[in-house]
Amino acid sequence: MTGSILTKQIIDLDKTREIYKDASASYKSRIVICAGTGCMANGAMSIYNKFREVIYERGLKVAVMLDKEEHKEDDRCDNDFLLVESGCQGFCQMGPLVTLYPQKILYTKVKTSDVEEIVDRTLIKNEYVDRLLYECPDSKHHVRDMDKIPFYERQNRIMLKLCGHINVHDADEYIANGGYFMARKSVLEMTDTQICKEILDSGLRGRGGGGFPTGRKWDLTRINESDVKYVICNGDEGDPGAFMDRCVMEGNPHSVLEGMIIAAMAVNATKGYVYVRTEYPLAVSRLKTAIRTARENGILGEHIFGSDRSFDIEVMEGAGAFVCGEETALIASIEGKRGMPSIKPPFPAEKGLFGKPTVINNVETLATVPVILEMGAEEYRKLGTETSKGTKTFALTGHVANTGLIEVPFGTTLREIVGEIGGGVIDDDGNNCGVDFKAVQIGGPSGGCLTQEHLDLPLDYDNLRDVGAMVGSGGLVVMNQNTCMVQIARFFMQFTQNESCGKCVVCREGTRQMLALLDDIIEGRADAATLDLLEELANTVKIGSLCGLGKTAPNPVLSTLKYFRDEYIAHVYNKRCPTGNCDALKTYRVIVEKCKACGLCARKCPVDAIEGSKGVPYVINIEKCIRCGACYTACKFDAIVKG
Amino acid sequence: MDMKTRTAVIDNVTVLIEEEKNLLELVRKANIELPTFCYHSEISVYGACRMCMVDIEGRGILPACSTKPEDGMVVSTNTSQIREMRKMIIELMLASHDQSCTTCPKSGDCRLQNIAKQLGVEKIRFKQVNTHHELDLSSDAILRDPNKCILCGDCVRVCSEIQSVGALDFAYRGAQAKVVTSFNKGIGEVECVNCGQCIKVCPVGALMPKYQINDVWKSVHDKSKTVVVQIAPAVRVALGEYFGYKPGTTTTGQIISALRRMGFDKVYDTCFGADLTVLEEGREFLDRYSKNENLPLFTSCCPAWVKYAEQYYPDLLSHLSTCRSPQQMFGAICKDQLVNDLGISREDLVVVSIMPCTAKKFEARRDEFKVDGNPDVDHVITTKELSIMIKESGIDLNKIELGSFDMPFGFTTGAGVIFGSSGGVSEAVLRFAGHTLQKGLTGEFRQFRGNDRVKVSEIEIGDKKLRLAVVSGLANAKKLIDKIRKGEEHYDLVEVMACCGGCINGGGQPVSNEINAVSDRSKGLYDNDKMLQFHVSSDNPYIKQLYNETLDHDKAHKLLHTAYENRRRILQDDIIINKVPEDKKLSITICFGTSCFLRGAQTLYTQVMEYLTERDLLDKTEFTASFCGKQCKKGPVLSVNGKSIEHCTLEMAVAEIEKIL
Repeated sequence: MTGSILTKQIIDLDKTREIYKDASASYKSRIVICAGTGCMANGAMSIYNKFREVIYERGLKVAVMLDKEEHKEDDRCDNDFLLVESGCQGFCQMGPLVTLYPQKILYTKVKTSDVEEIVDRTLIKNEYVDRLLYECPDSKHHVRDMDKIPFYERQNRIMLKLCGHINVHDADEYIANGGYFMARKSVLEMTDTQICKEILDSGLRGRGGGGFPTGRKWDLTRINESDVKYVICNGDEGDPGAFMDRCVMEGNPHSVLEGMIIAAMAVNATKGYVYVRTEYPLAVSRLKTAIRTARENGILGEHIFGSDRSFDIEVMEGAGAFVCGEETALIASIEGKRGMPSIKPPFPAEKGLFGKPTVINNVETLATVPVILEMGAEEYRKLGTETSKGTKTFALTGHVANTGLIEVPFGTTLREIVGEIGGGVIDDDGNNCGVDFKAVQIGGPSGGCLTQEHLDLPLDYDNLRDVGAMVGSGGLVVMNQNTCMVQIARFFMQFTQNESCGKCVVCREGTRQMLALLDDIIEGRADAATLDLLEELANTVKIGSLCGLGKTAPNPVLSTLKYFRDEYIAHVYNKRCPTGNCDALKTYRVIVEKCKACGLCARKCPVDAIEGSKGVPYVINIEKCIRCGACYTACKFDAIVKG
Repeated sequence: MDMKTRTAVIDNVTVLIEEEKNLLELVRKANIELPTFCYHSEISVYGACRMCMVDIEGRGILPACSTKPEDGMVVSTNTSQIREMRKMIIELMLASHDQSCTTCPKSGDCRLQNIAKQLGVEKIRFKQVNTHHELDLSSDAILRDPNKCILCGDCVRVCSEIQSVGALDFAYRGAQAKVVTSFNKGIGEVECVNCGQCIKVCPVGALMPKYQINDVWKSVHDKSKTVVVQIAPAVRVALGEYFGYKPGTTTTGQIISALRRMGFDKVYDTCFGADLTVLEEGREFLDRYSKNENLPLFTSCCPAWVKYAEQYYPDLLSHLSTCRSPQQMFGAICKDQLVNDLGISREDLVVVSIMPCTAKKFEARRDEFKVDGNPDVDHVITTKELSIMIKESGIDLNKIELGSFDMPFGFTTGAGVIFGSSGGVSEAVLRFAGHTLQKGLTGEFRQFRGNDRVKVSEIEIGDKKLRLAVVSGLANAKKLIDKIRKGEEHYDLVEVMACCGGCINGGGQPVSNEINAVSDRSKGLYDNDKMLQFHVSSDNPYIKQLYNETLDHDKAHKLLHTAYENRRRILQDDIIINKVPEDKKLSITICFGTSCFLRGAQTLYTQVMEYLTERDLLDKTEFTASFCGKQCKKGPVLSVNGKSIEHCTLEMAVAEIEKIL
């Protein structure tokens, strides 16, 4: 050891864990308030404050940080309760969430007005507040053990295990739960080749969408000799509806740092960047705090864990450009250039950030790394399918009862995800209508739409690719029967069009024209040539684009064309939207039996398309009608129908 | 290393892989010209136009420009899928392109037009989606028409990679993406040095020289005007390319006749001005060299380089030769002499120059080159504009008789002619210096010929050892100058030309598909030199006469020399807003960098000034504005007596001031 490291404080992980375990034993209950973005938005912080208030009022004591000072035996039990802010627990639909340990009770949709009851009945008297427990929609019974809630029961949360349970402000909680032990092992006990081999053996593939074997990526970077190498964590999560990475960065930022340290040891990097979009302020601030804490404890910086190795991490905020999730664009952005992808090769493993060999992995991939080292590659491989090992997180949204963040092993079917974890499909009014679903859009704007025939398809990288979708970063949007698939395709097309960087012609102009063609279809201007042109163009964009954004941008269109062609045909040839969602294709009709001939519709019609006279039912002239819906809204007798 | 020969099969033909950087080059070697908009061998590979797609067996469809040739590759450049894709890409481009082709100045040599025709695009199946943008008329040299831009990025890369200026870049996303200047200003209002290299790479009409054809015609047709014209050296070896000649073919005689037929009164040679430049610059150099003063001497013939130096190296302006460029020496002498000789007013004498260069248009309008508002050179047209005028006049350049220059300003030595090639100025000056220092020395100084962009040589003349550097391309110049500044290199004379290869590759020259066009034009100039009677400028009898009869020292200085201005926008030095003599109590500095400005530095400044005025402190406070202090995220930053306040508000500033008082 050199002199300089002796002066620096290096954390003793084992001792920290021990102290923490001792200290936490002194609390009667640990109250965990979910402080993920969803619960926060629904008032989690006022619930947090209310708990403090109520507990004080009852003359009891509550700590907000674990008191880790060593106390004498009789001095213990200074506090009755420990109140903790956690990261996202995933069950966002049911938030704000309050979890009580050791009872393992999860209270859902908690309001500040419920807090007194929870304190009085559960914390003091050890009773359940049944109405706040999760109620199974079928059996209507309240689930007392949170692990038995179908939403959690069907999952296999290994990467997310700590996310949502540990205190985001207390690094020691992470350490007490085994955190940083694997980082230390990688620094002190493993060689770079050993780490690469372990990760390669685990079968871990990139969770950001590409699915490239992580171990191989690391090995390719490792073999490139360079004085400086970089590790970049790609936290530029931009898919509409996806929030997996955000939850990990907010809920367990240390796991991301630990994964980066291990990656750095594997490739001999000395500097790391976490690239987070600036729209994730909570993730940014929690990462920054985590980095500072890690530095203070000798986990980051020079001589980490007392070794002769150095590794430090910096947070870079991106401006929220979707394309910056593409690795070469992200690298350009860190370098201070316009975030535009560049051609590969050279790959970042050879020439990445500032021209140096660079490993760039997604948040989820990196957060999984410590889990793999802990479980061992052998054990990790047992999860998942032949080609896709381990678990994957998905952001479950759309017409599904339980929206939220889930983690399941690869190979889980859509039926299990939507029906069991998701609690079934809901209609437009939010009522559960079973698994009678129409489609799932998987993989965000780069993914595709899957249909009923894929309900029992084991989800993994290759199966999804074969059916024209992709794992992507894991957005999973469920759609019920009332969804117009052409509009869904248009929605994603609009997104990629807006987010295209504008560099290559096929993506820039191609997505714009695809959008225009979809508009033609939706607005009733399309003919037979439109569909052919759309398909030809989609294939050109798919093959011809420079980067992944463009290459995958046509997927929503191609997959809906494949599985819902009849809907396109109805729009194009019959000028009809089967789900009645496309305004321009709606026809309004007066039901003669119901019409009271009041004439209100005719007066409201801006183009005088409705004719009639007193006593005679009114008639809409389809030729003149501009489908504005004014008559439909005006009619007091429901005598006008659209469709 | 394995010396096994590597080959690839391209469209059923086996091709040897040698040093080709990419598959596109290899395909070209197989005599197949893949369509491309964004590939230029001298700038970085961009891969954005997606036109050079080829089908590689086992790997699928990939862009040739960004694929490395590999042994055993089997490549098809022309499958039905690729053909359809290429056509579709052209349709996509055209659908967002202002298709006013018939009136577009680029029509005829527009690559979009040509490739569309070549690929047989017959109709555009997509909706026309282009939006109208205003033309950028702000520059004297370059006209930007964003409506024509296809976003290939060639101009962006050439400006930053070759010229190290970076006046253009992309902004906005997706379909809104645009090539813009900083803060969307006019190209004439930003750091653009007018070199016109962007024009040379622009495949469409989005960047064009700012034509002065109509002004020239107007003067020519105005009976009250005497119109004289000067032809720059590089024009004579390039104009022919517009009329089917090979690059480097000299068409001086044809040009002279054509100009006479068009109605120009006198046809002169800019090389006469170049001979004058050699004498003035040669004497200046020898003078500085003997005094060891302001060395190295940088040449000043290239107006793009001059503007570049004014912008980025204001501290080196004293090293720049004070000599005007040949164009401006010519203009000044012409107007001075001919007005007297012909007995007409300055206004009635119109000097037109035909230049290979767009920056010359800018140069001619500099205030230094005007007398009572009347410019020494009235109109500057490029080689391209001349070709348009000849075609408009219906003159058949192939059949026209050969003319010769009018005297006296049409007489030139070979030294004046080689000015058009990078290294020519140095060679010409050395011939003169050699001649002056060592009577009878008539070396050619060939060391400075050739295609290299940086040519360095040590030359012994008599007992003197001169270290010279010849550099072309401003990015190359920048590297060299930075080394000189750091003391890593020492030179006595540095010749800088903004365009790679010199004026023969200027922004107003024809765009050639021939790989060797620039060196062929250069060769053409050196051939011209050989054919001429004299090779040292001081041997030009008319120049001798000029010095003997009219040009005394003062007059030469007045007409042939100039001064430069510091064009640096952001000075490193702070600006003192409120200066206080002796007993200052307060010293306040506010950062006016962009970030602080956006975060309210301006408002804060106004508020603090108001406060100081109210408190009657203004005469005791020194107020300084500084430029970016790199605390951008913490702005606005204001410091009071050295104490820096981040995220400063009026209240915080006042609190600090009160504390001190």
